Amino acid sequence: MTSVLPVEPEAAAWDLPSRRRAGMVGLIIAEAALLGVFVVAYLFYLGKSLQGPYPKDVLEIPVLNTLCLLASSVTVARAVRALRQEDQRWAGVWFAVTILLGVAFLVGTAQEWYRLIVAHGLTISTNLFGTTFYALVGFHAFHVTMGLVMLTLLAVFTWLGELRSTHAEQAELVSWYWHFVDAVWIVVLTVVYIIGR
Amino acid sequence: MDAISDTLDRPPDEVQEQLPRLALLHEWVVTVDHKRLGILYICTGLIFLLIAGVEASLIRFQLIVPENTLLSPQVFNRLFTMHGTTMVFFAGIPILFGFANYLVPLMIGARDLAFPRLNAFGFWLTLFGGLLLYFSYLAGDGLYGAGSAPDVGWFAYAPLTGRAFSRGNSTDYWNLAILVSGIGTIATSINLVATMLCMRCRGMTLGRMPLLVWMMLVVAGLTLVALPPLSAAQIMLLLDRFLGAHFFDTQAGGSAVLWQHFFWFFGHPEVYILAIPAFAFASEIIPVFSRKVIFGYPMMVAATVGIGFVSMGVWAHHMFAVGMGRIPDAFFAASTMLIAVPTGVKIFNWLGTIYGGRIRFATPMLFCTAFLFQFLCAGLTGIMLGVVPFDWQLTDSYFVVAHFHFVLVGAILFNIFAAIYYWFPKATGRMLSERLGRWHFWLLVVGFNLTFVTLHIAGILGMPRRIYTYPADRSWDLLNFVATLGVPLQAAAVLVFVINIIISLRRGQPAGDDPWDAWTLEWTTTSPPPPYNFDTLPAVRSRRPLWDLKHPNDPDWLHE
Amino acid sequence: MERDTTRGLGGGQSASAGEDHRSRPGVLVPILLWAVLISVMGLVYIAAGAESSPRNAVPVQTPNIFAPTSTPAFAIRDLSWFVLSICAGIFAVVAGLLAYSVVRFRHRPGEDNREPPQVYGSNQIELAWTVVPVLIVVILFLATARYIFGIEGLQPTPNALQITIVGHQWWWEIRYPDLGIVTANELHVPVHDSSEGAPTFLTLQSADVIHSFWVPQLAGKMDVVPNKTNRVWIDPRTPGLYVGQCAEFCGVQHAGMLLRVTVHPKDEFAAWVAAQRALAADDLAVRGGRELFQATACINCHTVRGTPANGIFGPDLTHLMSRVTLGAGVVSNTPETLRDWINNPDILKPGVLMPAMQLSPAALDRIVAYLLTLR
Repeated sequence: MTSVLPVEPEAAAWDLPSRRRAGMVGLIIAEAALLGVFVVAYLFYLGKSLQGPYPKDVLEIPVLNTLCLLASSVTVARAVRALRQEDQRWAGVWFAVTILLGVAFLVGTAQEWYRLIVAHGLTISTNLFGTTFYALVGFHAFHVTMGLVMLTLLAVFTWLGELRSTHAEQAELVSWYWHFVDAVWIVVLTVVYIIGR
Repeated sequence: MDAISDTLDRPPDEVQEQLPRLALLHEWVVTVDHKRLGILYICTGLIFLLIAGVEASLIRFQLIVPENTLLSPQVFNRLFTMHGTTMVFFAGIPILFGFANYLVPLMIGARDLAFPRLNAFGFWLTLFGGLLLYFSYLAGDGLYGAGSAPDVGWFAYAPLTGRAFSRGNSTDYWNLAILVSGIGTIATSINLVATMLCMRCRGMTLGRMPLLVWMMLVVAGLTLVALPPLSAAQIMLLLDRFLGAHFFDTQAGGSAVLWQHFFWFFGHPEVYILAIPAFAFASEIIPVFSRKVIFGYPMMVAATVGIGFVSMGVWAHHMFAVGMGRIPDAFFAASTMLIAVPTGVKIFNWLGTIYGGRIRFATPMLFCTAFLFQFLCAGLTGIMLGVVPFDWQLTDSYFVVAHFHFVLVGAILFNIFAAIYYWFPKATGRMLSERLGRWHFWLLVVGFNLTFVTLHIAGILGMPRRIYTYPADRSWDLLNFVATLGVPLQAAAVLVFVINIIISLRRGQPAGDDPWDAWTLEWTTTSPPPPYNFDTLPAVRSRRPLWDLKHPNDPDWLHE
Repeated sequence: MERDTTRGLGGGQSASAGEDHRSRPGVLVPILLWAVLISVMGLVYIAAGAESSPRNAVPVQTPNIFAPTSTPAFAIRDLSWFVLSICAGIFAVVAGLLAYSVVRFRHRPGEDNREPPQVYGSNQIELAWTVVPVLIVVILFLATARYIFGIEGLQPTPNALQITIVGHQWWWEIRYPDLGIVTANELHVPVHDSSEGAPTFLTLQSADVIHSFWVPQLAGKMDVVPNKTNRVWIDPRTPGLYVGQCAEFCGVQHAGMLLRVTVHPKDEFAAWVAAQRALAADDLAVRGGRELFQATACINCHTVRGTPANGIFGPDLTHLMSRVTLGAGVVSNTPETLRDWINNPDILKPGVLMPAMQLSPAALDRIVAYLLTLR
């Protein structure tokens, strides 16, 4: 037995949000909570290291890295827009540029870590600064990597001609994840490189 | 293959009997059907409940007399750690999320959750986490040749969990098991939120969702925000233990209190994640057996949402004895007392539902009635614990143990049993035995209260928690003996329950679609529901669509 | 929003709704079962009791939080009575209403199956039962805040007795910095004379993990946290013995970290201090034992003031025999238990960090004889 009752006219249009959007928003909320705790730990331990090296001695503001990541948000938005307009070629190009910029960010991070470890002797076990720095920046880099994996999938499917404008919503949601990663970087930049130094 | 259409055409019972067993097992393993996954979650949780119950029984047998030598301190410490960890993460969460899994799509008139495969993923991760935790009994003798099951307490305070003080891999099993199952729980929460927001049937506005759905929505949202902090803290602990990080290393200037902040920032919302589904069951069962609509639906929703928000701001009431200082102590006292208000209001709403009703005491209602009294006690002892100076005496004593067992067993477990007796007919097509249900209920009520009312007194007389033995002549002897007397009663209750399930699966009375004369959408379809839930997706016009159908001259939507 | 309906129950089977089993013979069965279970438990109790033998022959007091002897504990007790009475009142009202409702509004057999009036809510009632709890909660909070600030706010005066307590796994190190005394596990304080004395202030530190200092009759508990210094104060009014123990799980022998606080009248306390400040006794008869003590690994962990032994990992033994118990309260301090303890402490306190010293019986005798002179 099912109940099909006459519904009021205003309910005739029954529009609920898309599941995919809700899912991605849920994921972003959970990830934000996760990364937030690492930020709190970083702030809590500012200035509490018992020994050096200290942030102001070794940190340099990663301008190029930041520009790459911010630019990649623009390019991924372009890619999604191109996809929506059924322009698969440009969508593929913009996805590729986004991935390159993301990889450049990771390379920059790797270079920075190399410098910190080799030149300054700062590792995760050196002091509280090392512990919280590598954890926070490392976790962000891990999320960048996960985003790159998703973007690579999108790019490959675009080049193969499988990704169409009907998939624009899915692509947009991946871009939301990428924007989230970008936003987290702004927070990390502020907390680690500006406030923390 | 026509197996699918064959399956759809024939009654479910007949299909099950004819499929070979292996194929049936395979079906269950690969299923993405929310009903099957819900049952898998619940059965997994119940099995872990039994195991953790055995652990608790051993604890009480060790404590029955002072200076007992039944268990060594090492074994005892593992037992209470595993008991707490199992109950919270592998019994409580799976059972409650299992019910959400099963009921939410049916109650909102949907065919499944938003992401069925993610649902399966979440379940198998949870099961894997549980197995990983118990694998520690066998394999905790890791590289260092030390350790077995974790023995650091279910909240694993630092620096006791650091490499220096917890050798071997037992703590790592604790860490990884919860981390893994936590990912599963977060995945299921995302799934539930997306389902409830995006897949309600036509006409079911947020204001017409059954209270259970509202409460599961709050729970899922709370999980999204509260569980990741635990995962983050556990990752930090992993970094400490394996890569030499210093998050909680006091020798390097780290803070032991930071772990507590992070843990309880998760831990307190966690108890609401466990409690609110219990309230959800009561909010569905009490109206049906009182034959009255829930009193004050909007306030119930508002109170639940309020509890969800405020629960994020009370965590440090677990830390009043840590020495945070007067201002933090006062702040968290205030927030703790604040949350008592919406919680109390709900009790009044249930009372208002019962009042003026025509109560039928079938087994689900027996459990819900006991819940009301026991939860009242739990809430009041909770308020006492919020009075900070009183807490300075009561925290970390058996008073707190008694308080939270009143919540976890007296409120939550009783409601879980109520829910099982209420929805088992829907899920299986058979009624559970009322007679055995009454035995189950009375044995449990007497045994539970015998144990945990008594333990309040032990706490007041200065008995701390987590001690494997105690000196004679501190006047704790008789109290511990009496508390242990409750164990065989509770064990008998659970045994009767298991027998009831087994017998009723085969020989229970056929239930029909709507054995309780209830009003929400799950009772409009068959028992058990077909894989696709409803022949046609329903459309609703009020909070109790079946009431509207049964009372066409006086439907709910004229009064809401 | 109230309305009456005379509709009968719509569809669906009510297979179990309305059943009211109450088989008379069935009432006996639970009683018999109960009797059997009690007997079984009684036998278990007796059997277990025969096995265990309390090793603490000294009669002790119950650490009842409602039997205070010191101002913080008195204050907490007073606040607790206030809170308990409010909660008891709430319980009486709400549980009373619940009990009444559950009995009064039962469906009685023979009644028809009409649905009762459906009441959707009532703004006035719901407002009232929100406002009243808020008021109660505000009152409770104000009382709480007053006591928090009252107890935690007290600052030490210059002439106050200062004691530093360091928590170890699984014993208490007790230092009196102004008096030059170091002892372990058994705290001695003077009784508080309100006319002239100041309260005693305890500074709490940890050498390893988190512990918690709890003597219920003196004050609420305060955690002992590594890398953090906490403070409590006590002013015991009545001489006597007060017991407590560690109240934060700290490892294997968390249960074996007991506390004994002896409150002395003023002159008795002065005598105790004088005795404790003395250097270790040097009895020629047990010189052999002392040499052996210093030659064995004992001095790596233990201090005996007045001798070269200055280890800090274990308790100070300078006046070991002035203590009533060993092992932080797990056994009495007698020659026999002392011997057993040194021989293999793990038997008396499983998991303890002190190793078995693997001494020959003769060597053990000599060391015990020496230690027995350290009063």
